[in-house]
Amino acid sequence: MFKVLDIAGSAMNAQLVRLNTTASNMANADSVATTEAEAYRAKQPVFAALLQETANAAAGVQVTGIVESQAPVIKRYEPGNPMADADGYVFGSNVNEVEEMANMISASRSFQNNSEVFNTSKDLMMRTLQLGR
Amino acid sequence: MPLNFDTALGVHERALYTRAKRTEVLGANMANVDTPGYQARDLDFRAALEGAQQQNLSVSRTRSNHIQPDGGAAALEAQLKYRVPNQPSLDGNTVELHIEQAQFADNAVRYQATLTFLGSKFSGLKDAITGGR
Repeated sequence: MFKVLDIAGSAMNAQLVRLNTTASNMANADSVATTEAEAYRAKQPVFAALLQETANAAAGVQVTGIVESQAPVIKRYEPGNPMADADGYVFGSNVNEVEEMANMISASRSFQNNSEVFNTSKDLMMRTLQLGR
Repeated sequence: MPLNFDTALGVHERALYTRAKRTEVLGANMANVDTPGYQARDLDFRAALEGAQQQNLSVSRTRSNHIQPDGGAAALEAQLKYRVPNQPSLDGNTVELHIEQAQFADNAVRYQATLTFLGSKFSGLKDAITGGR
């Protein structure tokens, strides 16, 4: 029974990582860089099931890594920008704000759901402890 | 007639254990709602409970070619089945949150019902010991 707390905890942890990357992406949506390589690219966490000792046991979630979006970065002609290169171009981020908003809502809902699982399991455990009183 | 806790509590002790296991499995499903390729699972409660009860009957093998009675946790995990999704998603994830939430709530209520049954068993035993005083 205690495993369910670990599982819900691992899920909340993973969703927090996702919220953090979303916050970073939103914050850097308007960042510009001088070269294409330096431009900010949207980051996304990769989730994987965390299998316990036996293959059949219930599984938590782990974040196996953070990948950067492969979408092309935006090249804009802004000769007045102090970050502009010799030809007057700046390289903006490839963050898609609509996608990030959807991601944020999804992460927040998943977090709430898992915290509800956590609370319900905790209540059940407390009631079990009081059995026979 | 000797008073034995195994027989006094009846099916409820095993039922509580099986419900607790099912809480873990459903919690794991909800934890992995955003994990690509994760396949939702559930416990066949009737089969799991029957399996758990059978091992209570202490089967002894009289011939070497008889089937080996299996142990507690292994018997439960053998009853783990994969859910058939109504609308599988493109990333191979078969968790459907509304179904998992409904099953989790159902399981939590039934867990509490079992707790209540166990509680009355205990107060019945207490009455028998104190003679209803």
